[in-house]
Order: sequence, then C-alpha cells, then structure tokens
Amino acid sequence: MASRPLSAFWAILRRDLLLAFRHRGELANPLLFFLMIVSLYPLGISPEPDLLRAIAPGAVWIAALLSALFSMENLFRGDFQDGTLEQIALSPQPLPLLLAAKILAHWLVSGLPMILMAPVLALLLSMPAAATWALVYTLALGTPLLSLIGAVGTALTVGLKRGGVLLTLLVMPLYIPILIFATNAVSAAAAGLPISGQLYFLAALLVLALTLSPLAIAAAVRISLG
Amino acid sequence: MTWNEFIHMGGYGAYVWSAYGLTAIVLTWNWVSTLLRKREVFKALQRSLKQQENLS
Amino acid sequence: MWSFFHKLASPKHFYRIAGAWIPWLGGITLLLMVVGLYLGLWVAPPDYQQGDSYRIMFVHVPAAWMSLFIYVFMAVCGGIGLIWNMKMADIMAMTSAPIGASFTFLALVTGSIWGKPMWGTWWVWDARLTSELILLFLYLGYIALQNAIEDPRTAARAGAILAIVGSVNIPIIHYSVEWWNTLHQGPTVTRMDKPAIHSSMLWPLLLMALAFQLYFFTLLLMRARVELLYRERRSRWVRELMGNLQPSPLSNNREVI
Repeated sequence: MASRPLSAFWAILRRDLLLAFRHRGELANPLLFFLMIVSLYPLGISPEPDLLRAIAPGAVWIAALLSALFSMENLFRGDFQDGTLEQIALSPQPLPLLLAAKILAHWLVSGLPMILMAPVLALLLSMPAAATWALVYTLALGTPLLSLIGAVGTALTVGLKRGGVLLTLLVMPLYIPILIFATNAVSAAAAGLPISGQLYFLAALLVLALTLSPLAIAAAVRISLG
Repeated sequence: MTWNEFIHMGGYGAYVWSAYGLTAIVLTWNWVSTLLRKREVFKALQRSLKQQENLS
Repeated sequence: MWSFFHKLASPKHFYRIAGAWIPWLGGITLLLMVVGLYLGLWVAPPDYQQGDSYRIMFVHVPAAWMSLFIYVFMAVCGGIGLIWNMKMADIMAMTSAPIGASFTFLALVTGSIWGKPMWGTWWVWDARLTSELILLFLYLGYIALQNAIEDPRTAARAGAILAIVGSVNIPIIHYSVEWWNTLHQGPTVTRMDKPAIHSSMLWPLLLMALAFQLYFFTLLLMRARVELLYRERRSRWVRELMGNLQPSPLSNNREVI
C-alpha cells in the first residue's frame, strides 16, 4: 500500500513523457526560442567578442527565463481542457505529488534540453570554458526552480482565456533572485572567482521551492478547477 | 524660518515640493475615487431597488 | 473579545462598526499628518549634508514602509480568507492592493525625486529603489490577476495564493537585490540613511509613518464597506438599509449610512 502514491507518480510521469514524445514537433519550440533569443544579442548589440563575453551570462539567462515561461503555458492547459486535470485532482493520491510528476516530466522535456544546449550557446557568445561550466551548473540548479515557480503561476491562470501575458506578469518578479545569482555565478566564473556561494544559494532556493511550491501549486489547481 | 525660506527649501524647493505635491495628489485621489465608487454603488443599488418596487 | 471579532466578520455588523470608526480614524489621520508636516517641514533643522532635500524622507520612507506592510497584510488577509472562508478577509485583501500599489508608486517616485539632487540622476539602480520597483511589479501582477478572474470568490482565493507566494519571496528578492547592488555599485553613491537620526527628524518621521498607517486603515474600511455593499446587494440587510432611505437626493442621507 505504501508504494501506491509513488506508483501513481511514475504513472503520471510516464504518461506525460509519452504524450510529449507523441508531439515531437512542439518539443523543439521552446529550444528554438531559446536559441533565437540568444542569437539576437550579437545582431542587436555588437558581434565584438569582448562585449559579447561581458553580456553573455545575462543574455543566456534572460533567454532561459523567457523560454521557460513560454513553455510553461502548456504545462496544465491540455489536461485542463480535456478534464484530465480534474480527474487527477479527484484521485485519492496526494495532489502535490501527482503535480510534481507533471512538473518533472515537463522539466525533462523542456529544461533538460536547455542545459544540454547551453555549451553551444556559450560558444556562440565566445564564453571561456570556466564560464561555460558555470552556466551548465546554474542552469542545472535554476531550470527546475523556474519550472516550480512558474507552475504556481500557470496553475493560477490555467482557467483564464488570455493567460499568457498575465502569467509573465505574475511570475517574472519571482524569477529575479534566480537571475541575479545565476548570472553573477557565471560572470564570477569567467573572472576566475569561486562560485560555490552562489551555487549553494541556488541550491537552497531549489530545496525551498521543492518543499513548498507543490503545495501552492496543488492549492492553485484546486482553485482554478473551482 | 521665514515664508521665503520655507518655499525655497535651501535651493531644493522644486524637489521637496514636487515630492510632497505628488504625495498629496495620490493620497487625495485614492480618497476621492473611493467616494466616487461609493456614489456609483449607491445609485446602482437604489435604481435596482426602485425597479423592484415598481414591479411589485 | 472573540464575540467582537465574530461580529466584525458578519457583513452587516462590519458595515455598521466600520462606519462608526471611519470619521474618528480619518480625523486622527488628518491631525497626525498636520503635526507631522509642521514638525518635518517647518521645525526640523536642515541636514548638515543634504540641506533641506532630506525632508523628502518624511513622505518617502513612510510610503516605502507602507508598501511592504500592505503586501504582507494582503497575504495575511488572503490566508485568513483561504483557511476560514471569511468573506471580509477576501474583501480586505482585494481592496488593499490598489492602495498598496499607490504607496509603492509614491515611494518610487519620491525616491527618484530625492535621488536627483543627491545622485545627479533621476534613477540609480540602488538596492532599495530596485526592490521597490519589483514590489510594484508584484502588486501589478496581483491586480491584473484580480481583474482577469470574474468570479469574486475565485479571484480572492487565487489572489491569496499569489500574495502568499509573493510574500515568501519578498525577503529573498530583497536580499538578492541588496547583494547584487553591493557588487555592482561603487562607493561613490551616497547612502540615504545615516546611522543615527536626530530626534528632531525622528519625530516627524514616526508621526508621518503613523499617519500613513491610519490613512491606509481609514481608506481600507471605506473601500471595504462599499465593496461589501455591492457584493451583498441581493441580501436582506442591504435592501433594508437602502429601503430606509427615501429615494430623495442622495447627498442628504450620507450621514445616515
């Protein structure tokens, strides 16, 4: 009996991953978005390598924020529209756990590819190797945070017709600490400074978000379902 | 302190008075908009009440 | 004590009790403000470094305090509404948002006006101004969410979740912005605060802070009453209340209600 909530967790995770792979075309969209925003910086500011190196941490991270938000919109929408979300909410298993499975699945198909693509972007912006590694570390800690915090906003706006812009308004201010610490870690690494402090802080935020946000997300989902 | 000094504020008059003036405007507007909303709600309620009386 | 709070939670009694309090609260607010302004603008001596420009502090700092206080107040009211299903708490949370946003706006703009003679530019990415800007975004997000949801009950509950999540984040945001600021800002920028504040400046500051606090509560009660009347427009007590009034000119009856 004790394993039942966990098996429900795995079942939802498997289902969402399967659904994601059925729509492989859509999977690439947030990634393309990420790549395109980053490539706008050299075009819009300057292709000068020194300048690019200076703005690279911020450029990559702002692109990551935007593309995370962009992909967030679809986290609950489909399930909300076809009634699956209501069924999930009615199930006897703890709702925060089930929603955590959905968020994990979403992160695996949207956050993880961003981390894998980061070295390529670092190359485009002529970042040094140390900064590239810092970028990968901060994205590894930061993208789950983006997903968890964004999911609260998504859950609150899922029932609304024009939730997209509203979602950005709600979630962006909450993303600012992540942006500050992550970009600072990358800049510090580029300058050859230690970055463990910033990484610990991001890790602490991640632990906090992992424990608290599923509860908030579950409450928000119940409110949106009415 | 004289009135002249008071208005002049040691050369910072424009800054000080614009800050205070803006504060006064915002605080007053909050208050006035509340009264306007109150009047609007009262009118709407009385209108609907009168309609009900006419119906019965 | 508890029965008093229970009474306050019932719309009809709230309407009556709040109506009795408003003139008193408003009167004290006005009195405190007049005394505070007199002490701050007339009596207090100019600062030896900043001259008279520091007097902006007497509206800037209380506005900044209020902006934080109201957000937390909103989250607490939202939580109460969420847990105990109290309609009054919902209304309080909803009606305090625009007031809080206006205080945040004031803190930002007066800070910027103060910054112009001190820093030489209208805007500096100073830690406190930046935090205040983010706080304004949080308020605007809350208000946008309230406007987007039609059903008042759902709007209140969704807003409560957002306000609670936001207020958990406020210390994190504040700390991170402060940290970011110390890294990026050179020592050339003069800090606005000084370690010790003379009592001739402290008193007007405290009086103005208290006045702003009471202003908020006065306005909150006024707005909550109007909102309550509107939401309860189909209930019996509202109809009785309105029925007592003859449909004659409204202005004559304002004292009665």
